[in-house]
Order: sequence, then C-alpha cells, then structure tokens
Amino acid sequence: MFMLAPALLGLFAHQLPAQDTTELLNRMKAMEERIRALEAEVQALKAPPAAAAAPATAPSAPQPPAPVAPAPQEQAPVALGGAGGAAAKVLNPDISAIGDFIGAAGYGANRRIPSLEMHESELGFQEVIDPYARADFFISFGEQGVTLEEGFLTFTALPAALQVKVGKMRAAFGRVNTLHNHVLPWTDRPLVTQNLVGGEDGIDDAGLSLSRILPAPKGIFLEGVAQIFRGDSENVFAAARRNDVSTVEHLHAYGDLSESTNLDIGGSYARGHSPFGNGTNQLYGADLTLHWKPLRRAIYHSFVGRSELIWARTTTTPPVSTASLAIPKQTITPFGFYVSGDYQFGRRWFFGGRFDRSERGCGLATNPATTTLCTLPPAQTLLQDIGGSLILTYWPSEFSQIRGQLRRTHYGEGLTANELIFQFMFSMGAHGAHPF
Amino acid sequence: MNIPTKLHVWAVLVLAAAAGAAHAASKLNVVTSTQDLAALAREIGADKVNVDSIAMGYQDPHFVEPKPSFLLKLQKADLLAVVGLQLEIGWLPPLQTQSRNAKIQVGGAGYMDISQFCQVLEIPTGQVTRAMGDVHPLGNPHYWLDPDNGRRIAKAFADKFGQLDTADAAFFAQRYVDFDQRLTAAVKGWEAKMAPYRGRKVITYHRSWPNFCERFGLVVVDYVEPRPGIPPTPSHTLEVINTMKREGIKLILVEPYFDLRTPNSIARGAGGEVAQLMPSVGGVKEITTYFQLFDYDINLLVNLFQKVK
Repeated sequence: MFMLAPALLGLFAHQLPAQDTTELLNRMKAMEERIRALEAEVQALKAPPAAAAAPATAPSAPQPPAPVAPAPQEQAPVALGGAGGAAAKVLNPDISAIGDFIGAAGYGANRRIPSLEMHESELGFQEVIDPYARADFFISFGEQGVTLEEGFLTFTALPAALQVKVGKMRAAFGRVNTLHNHVLPWTDRPLVTQNLVGGEDGIDDAGLSLSRILPAPKGIFLEGVAQIFRGDSENVFAAARRNDVSTVEHLHAYGDLSESTNLDIGGSYARGHSPFGNGTNQLYGADLTLHWKPLRRAIYHSFVGRSELIWARTTTTPPVSTASLAIPKQTITPFGFYVSGDYQFGRRWFFGGRFDRSERGCGLATNPATTTLCTLPPAQTLLQDIGGSLILTYWPSEFSQIRGQLRRTHYGEGLTANELIFQFMFSMGAHGAHPF
Repeated sequence: MNIPTKLHVWAVLVLAAAAGAAHAASKLNVVTSTQDLAALAREIGADKVNVDSIAMGYQDPHFVEPKPSFLLKLQKADLLAVVGLQLEIGWLPPLQTQSRNAKIQVGGAGYMDISQFCQVLEIPTGQVTRAMGDVHPLGNPHYWLDPDNGRRIAKAFADKFGQLDTADAAFFAQRYVDFDQRLTAAVKGWEAKMAPYRGRKVITYHRSWPNFCERFGLVVVDYVEPRPGIPPTPSHTLEVINTMKREGIKLILVEPYFDLRTPNSIARGAGGEVAQLMPSVGGVKEITTYFQLFDYDINLLVNLFQKVK
C-alpha cells in the first residue's frame, strides 16, 4: 500500500496545480499514519493475552510496522483448570457387594443348616494396579465371622504367554473348587466336594500360581496350571511346618464342537500334608463340562452339563478310642462324583438336577459337618453318601436371583435327609465377570 | 527339597519349556469385539491386516460367553478394538486378563476404545440406578449405526493402523480417503430413500437404534422392554399397544436375537408390522460389509413403510 501511494501521486501530480499537489501529499501522509496506527492496533489484539496485558511503555523511537501474521485457521476454545475433584475417584477400584440369603425346611439329618441365615455377604474390590498387573480382592462376611476368600495379584504382562498369580486364591482343582458361591448353579456344593475337597471353603490358600496356554492342535485351547500353597486348607491339607506346602496341578482342554456347543475336559492333582494323620493327602480329579447355547437365542435357552470325579488317598490316624501302638497310621482311598445338568427354558427361568455319590472315612470331618462319632478305624469303614437334587431358579434381573432346591441325601450312617432349601441372591456395584 | 516342591518345580519347568518362540507375523492382527468394528477395520486395513471378531452379528452383544477359544485369538492380537461404554463389561474383561497379552490390556498400545472417537447419545444425566434397568451409565453403546460414526471409526482405525505399521501408514490413509468418498455417496442414497419417511414414529424392542433413528429422521416413541434389559411385561405390552393406536404408529423394530412373540402380539393388537432390523454386520448372511448393513436395513424399512403407509 505504501508503494502504491507514491505511484498514484506521481500519476496525478503532473495533472494538478502545485497547491493541490501539496494538499494531496499531506492527506496521503495522514492516511499512511492512520493505516500504521490501525495495523498496530490489530497486532495488539492478535497478540497473546499476556503480551497484550504488558505495560504499554512508549517506544523511544518509532517502531517499524510489524509484519502481518497470517490469520489463524480456527482457534479451539482454551480449556481452563484441571479435572474436577470427583475425577480422583476414577482411580478407585470397582466395588461390588453380593448377598446370599438361605433358608431351609425339612429334616437335615446331621447337617445343621439354620432355618434362616444370611449365609454370605461378599465384598469385591477389583482394579488394575499398574501396566503390569491387576488385583482382585473378595472378602466374605458370614454370620460367624469374616474371611478373605480371595485376594491376589495377577501379572498380565509376562513374556511367553505366562501368567502368574500371587496371593490367597481358590486352587485350580477341578471346576467347583474354583467357583464362588454366587456363581454356583445350586444352593450348596456337591457331596464329593464337601466330603473330600473342603466343601464351601475348598482348597483356598495363600500361594503362587503359574499358568500358560500350551500348544495344541488348531482350535483346541489347552492350558496348564501349576500352583504351590502354604498347605493350609481346612479338612484337606494342614501345614505344621514350612515344608508342608501343598501343590495343585491342573490341565484342561477346551474345544468348540459347533458354534453353539463346546466341551471342556480337565484333569487335576493336589498333594499336601494330611489333616487327619502324619502323612500326605493326595487328590486326583477329572472334570467335564458341556455347554450348549444357541447364539441367536442365547438369552433364552442354554444347557450346561457338568461332572467331576475325585479320588483321594488320605493318611489317617485311628480314632482315639481304637488307637494303639500297633496301628500307627492308615491310608483310606475314598471316591466320589457328581453329575448335573441345568437347562434354561426362558429368559428368566432355569431348571436343573444333580446326582451325588461320595465315600468318606468314617468320622473324618467334612464341611459342612455331617458326620457322627466313629468308633472304627476309618480305613475299615468307608461310608458312602448318596444324594439327589432338583433345582428351579428364577432371575428377576441380571442382578438378582431366587432359587429353590429339593434335596434328598442318604448318609452313610443310615440317616436320610429331605430338605427344601431356598435362596435369595443379589448383587450391587461393578462386580467383574467371572472366567468361563 | 521334599516331594511336593519337586513336583511343583517339575510342573513349572514343563510349562516354561513349552514357551515357544514369539509368533512372527508380517500383518497386524486385529481383534474386534463385534463384527461391525471388524467390517470397518477391513475397509481400512484391506489385505494388510488380519481381522477377527468375537461376538457374532446375530448375537446379543451384551451377553457373550467368554469362551477359552477366544483367548487363542486375543493371545496373538496386536490390537483389540472394543465398542466400549460397558457394552462388553459382562464378558470381555476376563478374556483380556487371561489372554497373557500385555498389548491389549486397558491402557496398552494395542487397546482401542472406539467410543472415544464417536458421537454418543443417551448419556444419562442425574442419578443412575439399576432401578432404571440395565442402563449404560456412560451412554448408549449402539453408536455405530450412524454412518457419521462409521466414518469416525474408520478414521480412528486408519490412524491407529498407521501408528502400529508405519510402513503402510500412507496405504491406510488412502484407504480411509477412499472409504470416506464411498460412504458419502452411499449416505446420499440412503438419505434420499428415507427422506419421504422422516418424522415417522416407531417402537423399538431395545434401545439399540437412537443413532440410526436420529440420523434418518425416525422418532422412537416407546420400547417393547419396559426398561433396558428387562423382559416385556403384560401391562407394559398393553401400554405399547395403546400408544401405537393413539399415535398411529405402525412399525416395531426388533433385533434378531429377541423373541418375536411379544412384538408380533403387539403388532396384531395395534394393526402394525414387525421389522426385524439388523443392528450389526453379520446379522444375516448377506450383510458382510458396513455398507450392506445400511442397505439391508433401509431397504427393509422403506418396503415396510410403503406397506403400512
């Protein structure tokens, strides 16, 4: 523009009188000054706020006009301040609470279930710890006290597809032992579990777990688990010394038979110090689970068939009444199994049945307690319990369920129990999904 | 060392010995939680990525069994793309944890919550409780049913693939440009087909269609479910019939995984029609791409609107 002004002036100069030319020149100079002033104002407005707020000290000498900066494309609104105070809560763990209320009616023989009880209240805390691990805590409040059902750290970023868990956890022995009460398809646990594998508490101990997905033919999922525990699980293992650790090994193979049907087969072995004598307790298990769920109607129909077979080889000490120096210890080899099936026949309705059969050493403790005093050496008197149940479950929603179970059990001592058990279960909060 | 300890060490050695060499793969292995995300990933990745998905298009994505066979896919994934907004909360987290794949854990370089890139509707305000049903407190997760969100998802994939495979970044960027152009042309056609029916009122079974309906001008008046995730009740069914009669609504949109008995009963009572619309790629055999999903749904709707007038 400043180059254009003299050119225009030169163009018109020879056509105008001298006075007019001078006046025009003065007016042009005045216009130049105004343009410079306006450009300075524009620059000041475009400058950052801090610069604009700087004290306007008068320059000692006339400043050259600032170069005109290209106009910014589109300025995003400036976000002021950090996140609100509530944002700190996003780092809190997922918290859940699950209530399990049970009532029973009928004759229970030696199994003493209260008529009504708040059987368990489970609190769960689950969260990612850091880029390498996550933690899961499940605290169980019963009417008798509080226990840490599980509390473990899982390392999720190990090489070679390995996974390590450290803490207190349910051992990977079979299927039922790994399940929390609220995901069981029954109100109780099978006889073989309560007689040989610690019942509701099960093999649940402090230790380390190493697992890996193993190479297998295409489409087969094969996983191996090796665990070592302190060796204390009520009625299963007892550790009097540090060397009395227990170990659990589990291998399971999974395959999709079709889009809707799959089969999971597992084998387990556990070994630790016997709680019934000075020697070992060894458990061998085989489990099989068949799932059927048509994907197009997955929310309405499904079937799960389960079975577990468990053999025990338990060192026992003869009861006090028959103990003698001539019989230092004995070994018993009880066996038990269950078979169950659960069919979902509506979006909210499930019907199932279970058959139980399990041996146990006479007088050896079970969980829950069902035994009477035994006056004979256990090895000579393996008692056999047989039971059957029919179960009907109704889900008002995903977060609550009502269940009734008719249970008939013939205990080895000759007693027969006939019971109706009902259960109300409800959950709140963000309880994480359980593994398949 | 006593016998139990020896056994344990033996087991550890067997497992460690089985740890083979790392899987060498020249292509990116992408696993998506749904077939919709898989279809969009294929649009961008073409033959330079291997794409696999978990939930099938004809299956309710809220209720997927976390089967161990999925772990075989996730174990080798370079990228896991999820819908997010708690759609997969009931089944994906245990799979992630058990996958032994650090890349796809939340916060990992190979984890993508696609909802972060999309316009999300029905974000609850105020108190949220389960008395409201199986509500998604972070917003409605069925956002892929708006083509604009499809475009955003494709862009996010192009950027992410380019980060993970820098050598092919230009290829992915070009694929996005091509997809964008094809989608823009397709949207014009879909909008033209739906233009005569803008403002039409409909009933839907579940809250799966807010993005679709907003995009194509349909008005959802009520739902077959009394609340999200709660099965229909007789009293609510009667209310829906009365609403349809009162407001002259003729169409009920139902996802393929819901039982048709109640919607059919409502349609009979109100003199309407049931449209089994597909919310996802793979809902029926002929829908194998993102474009075919909208082609199928819009053609079905147009035919039914013409039928019911």
